Amino acid sequence: MNTSAQVMTMDEERPRAARPAPHATHKFKLLLKREFWEHKGGFLWAPIWAGGISLVLTLMALIVGEVAARRAVASGKMSLDGDVNINGLDLSSITMQMDNSDLNKLAGGIDISTVMSSVWPLIVLAFVVFFYCLGSLYDERKDRSVLFWKSLPVSDRDTVLSKAASALLVAPAIAIGVAILCMFGFLLLVSAFVLLHNGNPIELVWGPGNPLQLAGSMLAAIPVYALWALPTVGWLLLCSAWSKSKPFLWAIMLPVFAGIFISWFDIMNVFNLESGWFWQNIVARGLLSAVPGTWFDVVDINNAHITSSEAARQIESIHQLLSLKTTYSVLLTPQLWIGALAGAVMIYAAIRLRRWRDEG
Amino acid sequence: MNGTQTDVMNPVVSARGLRKAYKGKLALNGTDFDIPVGRIMGLIGPNGAGKTTALKAILGLIPFEGELKVLGKDPRTQRDELMNDVCFIADVAVLPRWIKVKEAIEFVAGVHPRFDAAKCRRFLQGTQLTDNLRVREMSKGMIVQLHLALVMAIDAKLLVLDEPTLGLDILYRKQFYQRLLEDYFDEEKTILVTTHQVEEIEHILTDVMFIRDGKIVLNAPMDEVGERYVEVLVDAGKLDAARALKPIDERALPFGKTVMLFDGVDAGQLAQLGETRNPGLADLFVATMKGTYA
Repeated sequence: MNTSAQVMTMDEERPRAARPAPHATHKFKLLLKREFWEHKGGFLWAPIWAGGISLVLTLMALIVGEVAARRAVASGKMSLDGDVNINGLDLSSITMQMDNSDLNKLAGGIDISTVMSSVWPLIVLAFVVFFYCLGSLYDERKDRSVLFWKSLPVSDRDTVLSKAASALLVAPAIAIGVAILCMFGFLLLVSAFVLLHNGNPIELVWGPGNPLQLAGSMLAAIPVYALWALPTVGWLLLCSAWSKSKPFLWAIMLPVFAGIFISWFDIMNVFNLESGWFWQNIVARGLLSAVPGTWFDVVDINNAHITSSEAARQIESIHQLLSLKTTYSVLLTPQLWIGALAGAVMIYAAIRLRRWRDEG
Repeated sequence: MNGTQTDVMNPVVSARGLRKAYKGKLALNGTDFDIPVGRIMGLIGPNGAGKTTALKAILGLIPFEGELKVLGKDPRTQRDELMNDVCFIADVAVLPRWIKVKEAIEFVAGVHPRFDAAKCRRFLQGTQLTDNLRVREMSKGMIVQLHLALVMAIDAKLLVLDEPTLGLDILYRKQFYQRLLEDYFDEEKTILVTTHQVEEIEHILTDVMFIRDGKIVLNAPMDEVGERYVEVLVDAGKLDAARALKPIDERALPFGKTVMLFDGVDAGQLAQLGETRNPGLADLFVATMKGTYA
């Protein structure tokens, strides 16, 4: 690191026999570790709990469904070999009866359910990132521990960047890891259910579904998430570094009141824009971009040809929506890059504020 | 001239004309001072005299006007490099409440090139601090023990302590300064300390600075203070003779005796007026700061 090199040269100029040589440091790694230690509950346990609970709920739903179905069969209300309805209790022949389009639907259905099962850790991620950023530079001032952190040779730049990196990369990576585990947990549950009914989970679940592809596209979305969430993370870090009290209120109120003000007086008309433009591109981007997937608004899904009448196409669209091509098409939009730039500027401002803020 | 000599000759801290205003009130008002290497300097002043502001300026925590060099660097622009050689405890119990003892050690070891983890663990031996104890589970005294162990394991050139023992009981306070002297201080290190508990630190100080209204009103080695200032228990009949020598302070005791404090008056002359002794730093402080809150 630059600073330690400078210290070394300085020491060569003034030799000190008694002074032991300085040892190597790993500042950024330790800074990231520090954030993880402090926010283990939010970064690790919250997504695990959310995912775990959603799996338990799924399991309970399966059991309830099972019990209800058996009761229905017992009381004779449900026929065992209906032609159209799902053959609830004997799955072994299902795949044989299905034609190609049925198989496609099954595949799409499995993939949609799989994605849904992984959604909870990601919803939790949005909240964790939001409140983590909002508190990260405020709490240390409130409890005065900033005086301890600042007594160590770690620059304000590295400190703030480590917090941004925790919010943009570490937390999402962990949450997505947990989400992927949830997907597989969900598929295992369904497989067990299928097995229970003499079905073959390889044919019915793992064959038609594409869990690996889904997992891959989720991992591949991390960089897009990081860039897309930058304006929100930047804004929240800035509020956190700046506000003397109640960073939450400031962070919410400033953009929202600006939006109300602008809507009220139709100021955007000056630029030939609707007020909605401000709400969508300033307020929402500043506050909600940490929610995974909010970039779907700007993705290029023209090639998906979604028409509500075509159910098959609709199922197809889930693949298109989650495909690398779609996700990375965000990288071609000005919304992403202008937002990222704004976020970077706000993070820079947060660094300056942390450097010079006087804590009385 | 070799480097070590330059080190000794160049003051660790050199301040000229420091100015810093808070809401129109000057906290530092043309403050000048030097702190030489290898000293334990006490910075003493009444509330609001600018002690903490001066320390914050030295530590590069606040913007200010004037010229200030700490170890030859400007704390405003070169803070990041400076912190390799400067360490501080500002205020009591500022360690983050969530951190565990072992995490604190791992973190400081990972970011500070001059931190000796083994040394830190040695300092913690014999205390109740165990690896997995979190700061929030510690008493105030234990937090200070941990903070001091962390800081003393850093081989820094300048250590700044701002009210490091505020709110601790006497056992922890004594232990704090004892350790600092026995296990940390040497002729290459410099310690700058502020506290209101003047009596407790006066015997460990080598130098003292009094600050009042943002200005340094006294800056002297303790030896010199001992020679310059003499306290006399003036006999009742010699009051007028004593007053003619212009004492800087005078206070009456019961039974008709009067204690007077003289600055730079010949000791032999004073001995004729009554019993003489070296004044405590606290008495000197009170005499110097008279009228501060008036």
